[in-house]
Amino acid sequence: MRDVWIIFRKDLIEVLRDRRTLLFMLALPLVVIPLLLEGAAYFTLEAERKAASETLRYALFEGDAESASVPGLAQALADNDGFEQVAFTDRAGITDAVAGGELDFALVVEDVVGAADDQAGVQYRLALYYDNASSSDKARERASALIATLSERIRATRLEALGIDGSGGGQQRLLEPIQVTARGAAEMRAFLGEIIGRILPYFFIIFCYLGALYPAVDLAAGEKERGTLETLLLVPVERHRIVLGKFLVVFVAGATAAILSLLSLGVWVGYRASTLVGDLSVVGPVLRSIGALDLILIATMLVPAAAMFAALLLSISIYARSFKEAQSYAVPLNLLIVMPAVIAMLPGIELTWGWAMVPITNLSLAIKELVKGTMDYTMLAAILGSSFVLAGLMLTFCTWWFRREQVLFRA
Amino acid sequence: MLEVQNISKVFSVPRKRGQAATDERERGKQFFAVSDVSFAAEPGTILGLLGPNGAGKTTLLRMLSTAIAPSSGTAVVGGIDIVAAPRAVRKKIGFLSGTTGLYGRLTGAEMVAYYGALHGLKRPEIEARMERLFAQLGIESYAHRRNDQLSTGMKQKISIARTLIHDPEVVIFDEPTTGLDVVAAETVTDIIRTCKRDGKTVIFSTHHMHEVDLLCDRVAVIRTGRCCFAGSVAEMREQTGEDKLDRAFLRLIGHEEAAHA
Repeated sequence: MRDVWIIFRKDLIEVLRDRRTLLFMLALPLVVIPLLLEGAAYFTLEAERKAASETLRYALFEGDAESASVPGLAQALADNDGFEQVAFTDRAGITDAVAGGELDFALVVEDVVGAADDQAGVQYRLALYYDNASSSDKARERASALIATLSERIRATRLEALGIDGSGGGQQRLLEPIQVTARGAAEMRAFLGEIIGRILPYFFIIFCYLGALYPAVDLAAGEKERGTLETLLLVPVERHRIVLGKFLVVFVAGATAAILSLLSLGVWVGYRASTLVGDLSVVGPVLRSIGALDLILIATMLVPAAAMFAALLLSISIYARSFKEAQSYAVPLNLLIVMPAVIAMLPGIELTWGWAMVPITNLSLAIKELVKGTMDYTMLAAILGSSFVLAGLMLTFCTWWFRREQVLFRA
Repeated sequence: MLEVQNISKVFSVPRKRGQAATDERERGKQFFAVSDVSFAAEPGTILGLLGPNGAGKTTLLRMLSTAIAPSSGTAVVGGIDIVAAPRAVRKKIGFLSGTTGLYGRLTGAEMVAYYGALHGLKRPEIEARMERLFAQLGIESYAHRRNDQLSTGMKQKISIARTLIHDPEVVIFDEPTTGLDVVAAETVTDIIRTCKRDGKTVIFSTHHMHEVDLLCDRVAVIRTGRCCFAGSVAEMREQTGEDKLDRAFLRLIGHEEAAHA
């Protein structure tokens, strides 16, 4: 093992002096996840704040006759500081005006159903025009909320007139003889973990791969190109020990990148998540509810991933004649790595025994389950075991590959 | 002592059916890079390995240094068979190529120490040998600078230190002066002489006949994978009837017209 250690130590020193490796192994994993989360939080909160406080421009089209006007609607809209009526009279051009941004919404009384002397009163049928192509639904939400309040007030007045008193909840019992309260069985962690847990493994896997990429290319194809591999092959050390030393460096680089991305997430959650407000306020508690054991298990899932990537990338790099050739092989391989990770992100894909046998996808799905707090630990053990076996097989192939003259001295 | 005994190397050639051979050494899907080569080199002598580009010299040197295994035949280095015990042979061989083959992000001292350690030397022994070699080569002033900051001549000297750190019995120099200026090339030839003086067996592959004339005791000429001459420099002149070594070489490799030009 002394030889393996000597090669490992020298190769590690060398890759740590390479700026590209440092970028992919240390800088990117530390910076990207907090930056992405911070960016997402900023833009989400900013969009929410803007949508809630923005003054919405509207147009109201009621009938000429008094009976065709919704009582109190014009006044309620005028009294609300968040709305501003604009002088817009082209009823046929409403759709274009809303789509073009001239109006945020428009209300049109299209019909009045029922007779005025009817006990139940009339029903005003309104059309609400809004931009449903916009990512923010706030115009519809705020206009609908105002109309719902007005509608409730008219209903209450009519019921009072019929002798049904609003106090004591009588009107409510009449209107809603059966009340249902839906209670989701899933905890908030499981619910939000389903969303967050889909994305996070993807980043961990990508960083793990990128962290291993440059050291692998540098330590085999790079050495071939620089002529150092041939001199290394002439030292009295078994070739499988040479490749093992190199493998360990690539493995450490990949694992470090993945673990650092996990750590940077942890640090971000610790310092920032409690300050989030609005829709994002639940993110912090959910991420904080992931226990230390689950975090250790997530980190453990990344170990076989790093070993597989190290063996795979090193095998490709050994085959390549130059740094450039190795990189050209690594790009399509990148897609091959991303695809199983993307599968785990798709809606409806859950961790089953079938998916537990698919490399990378199984690790991504297991990480998702750990984030959600719904992991089946028997399945986890099977995934870890099979992943380590696969990584071992890939390393065996890599050492066999490294002993082949046709590969080392490819013309 | 180095004894090469009927050594051969055959590579497979990926070729489609019906595709004609492009080299006389191709037979079917096989390429006979080196065929049945034999020669010997004594301790304290320099053997010049000559041959045109593509003759099989690099393949032969790779076999002797145990980077690749022979298809048949063998060689004995310091009493050890390269096929039977390649790892033991590596302890006795030093190999220096024209491409300096340095780790750019390491210093010369770090790199030489690395190779010393891989040859099984202990730290104090490595330090002592490095001190002696660095003084001999005059590289103390830049041995602690990163290799990628050195000139070609400086790099070649670091490379020589790396080759000799384990005090090998047999040293192979594969076109070591390629791309060097006159001063750096002179340092390399001095080292080759020193190796001879120290009783090492030196194999010196080169295209420069004046270096052969200056340094070599014996010569082996490789042509299309076969050894077409093995003997002393004087015998080479005598056999070809040429006084100038470059003409004698051209005659041996079959370039009669060029030899008479």
